[in-house]
Amino acid sequence: MKRYSVFAIAKQAMNYHLGWEKAWASPAPKKEYDVVIVGAGGHGLATAYYLGKNHGIKNVAIIEKGWLGGGNTGRNTTIIRSNYLQDPSAAIYDKALQLYEGLSQDLNYNVMFSPRGLLMLAQTHHEVRGYLRTVHANMLQGVTTEYISPARVKELVPIINIDGPRYPVLGALYQPRGGTGRHDAVAWGYARACSAMGMDIIQQTEVTAVRQEGGVVKGVETTKGFIGCKKLGVVVAGHSGQLAEMAGFRLPIEAVALQALVSEPIKPCMDVVVMANTVHGYMSQSDKGEMVIGGGTDGFNNFTQRGSFHHVEETLRALIETFPMISRLKMLRQWGGIVDMTGDRSPILSKTPLGNCFFNCGWGTGGFKAIPGSGWAMAELMAKGEPGPLTEEFSMWRFKEGKFIDESVAAGVAH
Amino acid sequence: MSTRLQKGGRLIDRTRSASFTFNGKRLSGFAGDTLASSLLANDQMLVGRSFKYHRPRGIVASGAEEPNALVNMGEGGRFEPNQRVTTTELFDGLTATSQNHWPSLEFDVGVVNNYAARFLPAGFYYKTFMFPRFAWKHVFEPIVRQSAGLGKVPQGPEVDRYEYAYAFCDLFIVGGGIAGLQAALVAGQAGSRVILVEQTAHWGGRAPVDGDVIDGKPADQWVKDTVQALEKLPNVTLRLRTMASGVYDHGYVLADEKVADHTPGDGRPRHRLWRIRAGKIISAQGAIERPLSFAGNDIPGVMLASAVRDYVVNFAVSPGDRTVVVTNNDDAYRTAIALKEAGLEVPAIIDARTSLTGDLPAKAKAMGIRVEAGRAVVKVKGGKRVTGVSIGLQAGEGAVLEDIACDAVAMSGGWSPVVHLWSHCAGKLVWDEAQAHFRPDPKRPPTNQDGAAMVAIVGAANGNLSAAAALADVAAQLGGSAVTAVEVPEAAMLAVWIMPQGAGPALKMKMWLDYQNDVKVSDVQLAAREGYTSVEHTKRYTTLGMATDQGKLSNINGLAVLAGALNDQIPNVGTTTFRPPYTPVPFGALAGESRGEIFQPLRKSPMHGWHEAHNAYLEPVGLWRRAYCYPRAGENHEQAVNREILNARANVGMLDASTLGKIIVKGPDAGRFLDMLYTNVMSNLGIGKCRYGLMCNEQGFLSDDGVVIRLSEDSWLCHTTTGGADRIHGWMEDWLQCEWWDWKVYTANVTEEYAQIAVAGPNARKVLEKLGGMDVSKETLPFMTFADGTLGGLPVRVHRISFSGELSYEIATPASHGLALWEALIEAGQEFGVMPYGTEAMHIMRAEKGFIMIGDETDGTVIPQDLNLGWAISKKKADYLGKRGQERTHLASPDRWKLAGFETLTGGVIPDGSYIIADGHNANGQRNTQGRVTSTYYSPTLKKGIAMGLIKGGMDRLGDVVEFNTVAGSTVKAKVVDPVFYDKDGEKGNA
Repeated sequence: MKRYSVFAIAKQAMNYHLGWEKAWASPAPKKEYDVVIVGAGGHGLATAYYLGKNHGIKNVAIIEKGWLGGGNTGRNTTIIRSNYLQDPSAAIYDKALQLYEGLSQDLNYNVMFSPRGLLMLAQTHHEVRGYLRTVHANMLQGVTTEYISPARVKELVPIINIDGPRYPVLGALYQPRGGTGRHDAVAWGYARACSAMGMDIIQQTEVTAVRQEGGVVKGVETTKGFIGCKKLGVVVAGHSGQLAEMAGFRLPIEAVALQALVSEPIKPCMDVVVMANTVHGYMSQSDKGEMVIGGGTDGFNNFTQRGSFHHVEETLRALIETFPMISRLKMLRQWGGIVDMTGDRSPILSKTPLGNCFFNCGWGTGGFKAIPGSGWAMAELMAKGEPGPLTEEFSMWRFKEGKFIDESVAAGVAH
Repeated sequence: MSTRLQKGGRLIDRTRSASFTFNGKRLSGFAGDTLASSLLANDQMLVGRSFKYHRPRGIVASGAEEPNALVNMGEGGRFEPNQRVTTTELFDGLTATSQNHWPSLEFDVGVVNNYAARFLPAGFYYKTFMFPRFAWKHVFEPIVRQSAGLGKVPQGPEVDRYEYAYAFCDLFIVGGGIAGLQAALVAGQAGSRVILVEQTAHWGGRAPVDGDVIDGKPADQWVKDTVQALEKLPNVTLRLRTMASGVYDHGYVLADEKVADHTPGDGRPRHRLWRIRAGKIISAQGAIERPLSFAGNDIPGVMLASAVRDYVVNFAVSPGDRTVVVTNNDDAYRTAIALKEAGLEVPAIIDARTSLTGDLPAKAKAMGIRVEAGRAVVKVKGGKRVTGVSIGLQAGEGAVLEDIACDAVAMSGGWSPVVHLWSHCAGKLVWDEAQAHFRPDPKRPPTNQDGAAMVAIVGAANGNLSAAAALADVAAQLGGSAVTAVEVPEAAMLAVWIMPQGAGPALKMKMWLDYQNDVKVSDVQLAAREGYTSVEHTKRYTTLGMATDQGKLSNINGLAVLAGALNDQIPNVGTTTFRPPYTPVPFGALAGESRGEIFQPLRKSPMHGWHEAHNAYLEPVGLWRRAYCYPRAGENHEQAVNREILNARANVGMLDASTLGKIIVKGPDAGRFLDMLYTNVMSNLGIGKCRYGLMCNEQGFLSDDGVVIRLSEDSWLCHTTTGGADRIHGWMEDWLQCEWWDWKVYTANVTEEYAQIAVAGPNARKVLEKLGGMDVSKETLPFMTFADGTLGGLPVRVHRISFSGELSYEIATPASHGLALWEALIEAGQEFGVMPYGTEAMHIMRAEKGFIMIGDETDGTVIPQDLNLGWAISKKKADYLGKRGQERTHLASPDRWKLAGFETLTGGVIPDGSYIIADGHNANGQRNTQGRVTSTYYSPTLKKGIAMGLIKGGMDRLGDVVEFNTVAGSTVKAKVVDPVFYDKDGEKGNA
């Protein structure tokens, strides 16, 4: 892999950029790999990357039905934070945040991690108490957050209306280390690094069955034939239920569409990410200048990845109320992403009833921010065959035990 | 230069002029102009700067597809960035300024990016700006952000309003060109309920500009006649200035009507958002002309051939004195002919095709226009304005044969049908090789709830580009009497994606695909070279098609270049996804009327006005506003709360409890139903009795609580928490409709039908007795019973229940009597020291009494057993919701955190949200914990801090001293105590 740098760009510029090599190879699949990962989204690619980097397992294929990074990795609102309430969540999300902080350098690919700070507004007394609880929990978890006053909120976000007639801002939970990243670049950066380690990224290839012998996985049938493996990692978000069925078990996962939209670009006007859970909306400004807005999930299960209107309407009402100046901005594009939701809205990183088959799913509305930590933890789980400290609470059997990791406690809506 | 012609202009009214400003310069146009046509009439071709390289940008198009000409418009509360001048109707007093430059449009420092363009190809930012690590946030990102963005930031709220309109119809027809009009006429005459919308201010589309003859009449006349015929049909609704923005599942359509954009401040809503449920949608949106990719095709003065024709014919505006036409098809000859007919010079028509056989080239030649076949524009000369073109062989590599001086270039690369609405709900496309465009695949339409085709597409939008073909298509799909247009035979076009064909990298770096985002042919080829070969990867890597026009001009050209770079066929490369809206819609329009006070419905108790009049501080609780406290002069909230508590404990207080949920459950199976819903038994509750109950979700976690009363043999009234009323009612209906549909039970949420007032304190009974009307003595109305009667002549139901720990009556009365009863009680209570108290006093009093509060002691992870409420869980019942969940190992574990009380060693208050620390750290390096505070207050009654919380071991830990953390990093020591701090034996409530 040729390193990217300003010098490399200058050198290529002299030759009309004709000398750049492919960011990743597109090989035909081999007959067998040590590890096959299904799903070349951020989580799958990160899993592969850390299998190679941390555990020396490089005979790896990542199989992707469509194009890499084309699922939720490429259709989220790019928010990165780790101010979670429950210990297991805070641990894995903060691991992810720590990795994001050095990811551009690690991958030699600028993922534009921008720790611009993140605010979660408290607009009811109940919410105030909830965020005070999170601040206390975060302190003990080693995650730096603070509860700030409305005046400080206004200082950080001059365009906000803190005296709205319905839900005045009473304070906010502030994580200065939170922010945003360039979502596609995360997938592309990991893909390039995986390819450089000799891993095979096999796009446009769909898994049609999971082959097993004596309760142990042997490989996957795909639209490009059978691909054998010693260990199988399934990282397919909304389609986890289908893959689990192929592997012979059921998962407590449902798929729903999460709505998002962007405005036309304007000059910089908001430096931090703002989430307003009482009124149901969150907003940040991309480096291009678009206001990136997230809303709620549709109230029914589906796989359409389409925008629907009722959430957009509610979200925009809420955000105009919070940021009156956006009223004359225009919606440029709206879309839906299929999110995989578990019963407690926390992920599953787990061994499964099928030997040597591991699942990583259920990130719901919060997956992008977790990508590096999720990959790191999943790689550890797959390499060792047993859960480590980051994954042990995220077993799929926790639902049977009732050992929930319920984050909806802290954030009533999307996280 | 571009200028206004002496005569002509079918859309302008020369008798009415309109003055406007652009960058402070005073200019004038005519009624009927667009801002674009009036700018051109004033020789203002340069209108903005591009996104990345800050290159000069001129007007390219004449409609919604315009990528370049975006301006800041209006001022103050009517300021709006990124307004397309091509779709903005001119009005007197309009103010506009150009965007994305500093210090001025003519001299922009940001153009330095242009000079460095060689070093800034697609995706350069992914390859650099990585060191040092913190430089991205502090140095590079701010620079990128400042140079990106387009329009200025609006300041403050806006002054206009918006509204929604709701409609339904059999057919929703989009596009008021000849195909849409004819489709509406056929369907309307057949009796269908039709809505026809057109995004511009005029009916007719392109046909009148192209000089088509329909039914033997000039197109203008046919359009006029047809609109008149449609206006006479009562079942047809016509809407101009209305853009169909998106098609959603089940025939749901949004359309944005610009009601008063062209008449600001006239009192009407600015936009009206139509929310339409349509039986079927017919898209007749026409087609959009494609640019050609030659070097310098972005220099101001290079325009779409159709746009040049529009400006000449519609507005009598000539984009240039000398216009070179460059094309790969016959249609662009119409532009040359129109220019010539308007008396303008056309130095040459450069046609990439080697043989020209159509009628139009023949006509152009006959008019004396020089036509060059097999030729290409090698490059356009000029900086802020075209000065000439160099031409060469299309089959060559860019050798220049000749330079031609000109000040405008009209280009045509063929036409692409507008397939957006077809595609929003997953209608598929086919590649039409002959016309080199994607058109709808009739075999794979978007489908509705019945699996039937939901969208049909007619006319040019269906690939039928000529007037004759478009009308034939309408007849084929919708029937109706035959309408024919005169067919002008056109020869086949030639797909030309790069001009000249063999251009080298230096030229390709100057061929723009996406004008706004500065994506060039070389960028798409770079993406392909680097492996970003999926069309979505190419789009995201280069930003092709991500500008405000969403690729209306650039997508197909970009796809073709990508296919070329991959040596693949265009249909194999595929398209990116079309998403709503078709063109950008203001957030304000999407949000509708919801603003400020009416942002959400406001629920008010019948006594709301009284609270406001008595200086209540109101807090939002769901959609309600509840009185938090009633501060008196000189009091802060805390002092007011303490006074209210002490008075209720010593004398008597009154709480407006009207917001509490009240749900009637009635029917032969109501008792059985409630036994499933609540953890305890409700079916054996005696008539006239009250019982406290708990509800859990299926997982076993406590979700709501409240007092249930039995009204009669088959009806109960369930009180819920304020926030839980609607949720619990939905929960009940969920079970009744989905699971126990055969149970004979009705529920009714009567929360708002009744006002409810808690009268609490040692003097409570005296106040009621003073009002008189019913016996409220301990003997007749003991604790946990209720009775119907009258008080002070008002109908009431009096419950002996208490959430404060005091002798307490909760009195319900029909909502209309609420205020009267409240005022009567206040008056009757004067001699007994009555004061109203708010929600905070209620919270503290219940905490003093050790009562749990849903949302404080519970958070969705707490089971009743954790809260020492095992007594409210029936051991006799076979089942209740949550029972199975509670049997799971983790919920039955002795290690769970359980409820206890806490008192600090100093009498201080434990911080809200604090955790009880334990020794050591876990494997992830997090400090171990053993519990947390759930309610913590200063108790004015006990004059010290009191708290409830959950701790491992619960009440077994009585007497232990534990440490709570604080945000300062220190800890607060507290003793584990009984959570009932006040009246442990319950004598007061029973009194």
